Amino acid sequence: MKFIDHTKVLQKMKPRLAANLVFKFVFMAATAFALLVLGILLYRVITQGIGYLDWQFLQGLPSRNPEQAGVKTALIGTIWLMGVVTPVTLLLGVGTAIYLEEYAKKNKFTSFIQVNISNLAGVPSIVFGLLGLTVFVRALSLGTSVLAAGLTMSLLVLPIIIVSAQEAIRAVPKELREASYGMGATKWQTILRVVMPAAIPGILTGGILALSRAIGETAPLVVLGLPLFLAFLPKSVFDMFTVLPMQIYNWTGRPQEEFHAVAAAGIMVLLTMLIIMNSIAVFIRNKFTRRY
Amino acid sequence: MKRFKYIATTAMIGTVLTFTSACGSSEEGTAKGSQANGSSNSEQPASEENKQLQGEINIDGSSTVYPIMEAVVEEFGMAHPGVRVSVASSGTGGGFKQFIAGTTDISNASREIKDEEKAQLEEAGIEYTELKLANDGLSIVVNKDNDWIDHLTVEELKEMWVEDGESKKWSDIRPEWPDEEIKFYSPGTDSGTYDYFNEIILEDTPIVEKATLSEDDNILVQGVAGDKNAIGFFGFAYYVENKDKLKVVPIDGGDGPVEPTHDTVESGEYAPLSRPLYIYVKNESIKKEETAEFVKFVMENGGTLSEDVGYVKLVDEDYQDGLKTIEGLK
Repeated sequence: MKFIDHTKVLQKMKPRLAANLVFKFVFMAATAFALLVLGILLYRVITQGIGYLDWQFLQGLPSRNPEQAGVKTALIGTIWLMGVVTPVTLLLGVGTAIYLEEYAKKNKFTSFIQVNISNLAGVPSIVFGLLGLTVFVRALSLGTSVLAAGLTMSLLVLPIIIVSAQEAIRAVPKELREASYGMGATKWQTILRVVMPAAIPGILTGGILALSRAIGETAPLVVLGLPLFLAFLPKSVFDMFTVLPMQIYNWTGRPQEEFHAVAAAGIMVLLTMLIIMNSIAVFIRNKFTRRY
Repeated sequence: MKRFKYIATTAMIGTVLTFTSACGSSEEGTAKGSQANGSSNSEQPASEENKQLQGEINIDGSSTVYPIMEAVVEEFGMAHPGVRVSVASSGTGGGFKQFIAGTTDISNASREIKDEEKAQLEEAGIEYTELKLANDGLSIVVNKDNDWIDHLTVEELKEMWVEDGESKKWSDIRPEWPDEEIKFYSPGTDSGTYDYFNEIILEDTPIVEKATLSEDDNILVQGVAGDKNAIGFFGFAYYVENKDKLKVVPIDGGDGPVEPTHDTVESGEYAPLSRPLYIYVKNESIKKEETAEFVKFVMENGGTLSEDVGYVKLVDEDYQDGLKTIEGLK
């Protein structure tokens, strides 16, 4: 007696296997599409801009002559911006996340704050620009300084850092905390010596991704009225400065074809910076992640 | 436990160090730069001609004028490395907002100052002087394959671009033209170019709703180049750079059709769409030596430099007039 009717099994298997195959290709196509777009983008940028990317480009000031145009002030300005955004967002962002996850009671008010933070992450960046213009540039009369722009950008990326830091803190197993309390540690001791070390990879990964966004944004800085041409470099956070994305945006809007190529070279510089930062994020994650 | 702490502190200190060292090195760079400047200062004889000017000049305003200013500042910076000039490009309107707030010394504009802006400046107690910098010919362009259009009168232009609730066809303008819908491409409403067109051609009536508006003129170029029934307008430089992709429409302002060329724009024969580009200077700032010197430099070299970046210079008398005005203000 046969327990399994092979023809029947085959009959039932066929459509399921077919569906599996179809979905496999659908998902592969989705991945391929994203990769293709990225490939085209990189190809266009690199073929256009490679001719202008040299040492002189990194050393030069903006110029009416595309051959002489460079990104020195913009590149160093971007680094300065990072110098302000990094400490401000990490301190405020991680602080908020610790409070919300560890100290705050779970009630209506905290969940209200929670929802608002998530919503803030979706607010168009230009709105933060307007806020920065009114508060930092005008009311606190910081002008178009590194500090004013840095604080504006910090506000813009804070929600991203807070949310990712919260996720990271939440992912620390409860047993670890309980063990710490069991040893007689206070809440602060537990946070500092148990929770934070375990959450650091997640927090830093989120932080670097947020920072990458901060240095790639143009719109809020345009609203602040940041200058494009500067022949000098900032000496303190109260000095004026300019950043890479603004310079790139300006070059793409020029009528002359050559400037579009210069813009592509600028994009390559910015992309390199972003890739370096993202690889630091990946490195940290791989190096410090532990499984519990 | 120690291990966690160790890792955490190294990671934190590591990132902090990376960023501080990044900033530190840039600081070093600036320090060196200023030192170099300082030493070159002392080496230079303090003669009348080469006297080392110091100070700060802040400029903001039209993105159309920006390329000219960039060129001027580039040259000025070689002659006077001690003056810290910054040029922003927030658009004509945005620039005037900064000018009214008192944060800039010079405001670039691709149109004349508006009455409400004048009033606000008066309220803020800021006196200013208007100087012409260069000419731009607002060019009306159509697709290369558009073989029917030979010229447009100002009235026809208005009829075409004004919103009247119906979709526009070429045959509505002249019956012998094809019975196909016109596609409009216009600069964004924030730009001085739009303001000028709005004032001169539309006379403040609303622009066709179906028009594609873009702040990026290169997008308008692409739009018109890719659609047989398209018409658009933008600054002269964008037409000159894309001559092979576009066809320019001669405009009849009452004295027969005139095509925008370097000469017709310079002489003002291409009317009414030749528009001057301006700079507005704060009178208070002109009293400072470095700004006075800078504005003088603009008037002396602005013509040649604006030609370099694709605009058309003014007639020489205009620059002479400008220089006289500055002398009068010092």
